[in-house]
Parts: sequence; C-alpha cells; structure tokens
Amino acid sequence: MTSSVSSATITLEVLRYRPGRDQAPAFQSFQVPYREDWVVLDALNYIKDQIDGSLSYRWSCRMGVCGSCGMMVNGTPRLSCAAFLKEYYPATVRVEPLEHFPIERDLVISLDDFMQKLPAVRPWIVRQDDRPLDAGEYRQTPAELDWYKQFSMCINCLLCYSACPVYELEPRFIGPAALALVARYNLDSRDQGREQRQEIAAGPDGVWDCTLVGECSTVCPKDVDPAGAIQRLKLSSALEWVKNVVLPWGRR
Amino acid sequence: MKTGRSSEPIWWLLFAVGGTVAAFLVPVHIAVGGIAGPAGWIPQAFAYDRMVGLISHPLSRLYLFALISLSLFHWAHRFRYTLAEGLRLKASWLPIPIACYGSAIVGTILAAAVLMRL
Repeated sequence: MTSSVSSATITLEVLRYRPGRDQAPAFQSFQVPYREDWVVLDALNYIKDQIDGSLSYRWSCRMGVCGSCGMMVNGTPRLSCAAFLKEYYPATVRVEPLEHFPIERDLVISLDDFMQKLPAVRPWIVRQDDRPLDAGEYRQTPAELDWYKQFSMCINCLLCYSACPVYELEPRFIGPAALALVARYNLDSRDQGREQRQEIAAGPDGVWDCTLVGECSTVCPKDVDPAGAIQRLKLSSALEWVKNVVLPWGRR
Repeated sequence: MKTGRSSEPIWWLLFAVGGTVAAFLVPVHIAVGGIAGPAGWIPQAFAYDRMVGLISHPLSRLYLFALISLSLFHWAHRFRYTLAEGLRLKASWLPIPIACYGSAIVGTILAAAVLMRL
C-alpha cells in the first residue's frame, strides 16, 4: 500500500431513495476517510460497512470488467470503481444513480428497459445453416477478428444510455450499447443474422434516431465507440436502401 | 419497440452528402464570392460578362444546383432535429419534418427554375 493513511476526510453526497419510506429521492451527506488510492466505490463500501448499512448500490468486480457499478459522479456517468476520489478531493463528491433510468432504491436503477432491448437485437451469432458439432468450429482470421473486436468490448454498464440525450427524449430509442452490438455481430465473419437485426436496427426506433452527439463514446469505459458503430450502421443501411430502390429486382 | 423499415435513409443520405458538400465547398464560395470579389482583389474575374459566361455553362449550372439543393437538405435535417430535440417538440410530430424537408424541396425547385433561366 502506497497510500498515506491520514486523518483527511472527503464528503460524499449520495442520493438516497428508499421506497415506502422516502417520499422522493434526497441527498444525504457522509464524511468518509480520504485515501489517495480509493475510488468512489471504496467510499461507498466504507459508508455501507461503517456508517449506514442500508445504503444500496450494485457492484461486483471493482476492476472495470463487470459493468455493474455505473453511477453519476458529479453529474458524469462513470464506473464508480474507476472514479478516483483524488480526482475530486478536496471538493465534495456527488453520487447519483445513472440518469434516464427509473430508481429502484438508492443508487440502484431499474434495468428493465435495456433488458428488453438487448435480446431484440439478437446479440449472438446467428446462422442460417447450423453445422453439426463434428464439423468443427467456425474459423476466423485475425483480420476478421479485428473487424468487430472493438465493438465486442461492451460490458453493458449503461453509461452510454445515461449520457445519451436522445435516449432521454425518446426512451423507445434502441440506444448506443445495443446498436453497437448490432454492429459487433453484423461485422463478425461467422454471423449470418444481419437481415434479422436490420428490422430493429434500421427500424423507427433504431439508428436513425441518433443525431451523433457522441457522448456515448466519450463516457464509454471500454472505448467501444457506440457512436461510430451507429454511424457505420447508418451508412450501410442507407446504401442498402438505395440498392433496394434503384435495383428493386435484386431484393432478397 | 417497433420494427420495419423506415423512410429515414433518404433524408439521412441527403443530409450526409449535403454536409460534405457544404463543408468543403461553401467556405470556398464565401471566400471567393463573398470576400475576395466584393473586396475587389480579383476585379476582372467578377466582370458581369465573364460571370454570365461561366454560369451559363451546363456543368456550372449542374454544379450550382447540386451545391444549393444538397446544402438545403443538409440544413433541413439539422433544423428538424434542432426543432424536435433542441426545442423539445415531439420528434415524431409530422409537421416538423414536412416543413423542413418541404422547404428544402421548394428551394430545390426554385434553384432549378432560376438556374434554367440564366
């Protein structure tokens, strides 16, 4: 441990909401020890262990892999395991649940909307012709892997939905992470499900709702670049549309 | 979640092409026709006869038509989203796209009419 254990403290303002007890969400302040190597999640764990065991929030891996600890930290969607207290110290740190989602309790948001959209884009390898197992694996070159690898890094943390102003205005919008997964599977050489995904991706709630604000890519902790993925989908969908209009007989 | 194809691709394509055209070419026109011309830096080039000669060429007309029309469609798409999302009017409210793209279509027809009479 290189951290200096001192008596310094930092204030966390945490949005609390306990259904059945609180009329509306309200901030509660907590004084926690300040450690240079602590992240916001460490401070929340300190609160839960030492000050108020009723504080609710999601977390698991505390190393930026599981995607469950996304929160608004001083108004910005962050993984609380990757937001260091020293970025804010000595100022107060304001912690709120991810924006644009209903609050279930304290910092826990309802994932229902995303969990409905996610399977709708079929984020798995779709085959028209499933080969028997003994035919072996579907092989892929490193170059083919590179086509989609960036878009496959998504951890479903939903920071992008929280950052997206279009999702705020149009909650029907399929949204950045799910559309990035459309790109991820469409670009996979083993996949044959583009046509099926197109119904949703190029539909009325799909890529055309996006106005390329780009905040999703800014906040993404895994550099997935959902905005870039959506732009690619717009171009490929538009060219396909032109092809169907100009060459209607070529339509499948 | 609704499925099915949408009519957006055509508007987005016109927006995308219009944006490229506007970004690359409009600054040149502003610099040449809006600054250098009026400032008198290249007086011979802007003589009336030469300008009429240049613009009357079919390729020049086609070029101006594309420049004006595509820039208008780019504006229309931007303005539609400015109204729908910037002013928080309902994005699916039909009068907005009709007014925006309608203006671009009217502008395109006017541009064609003016350019053909030159």
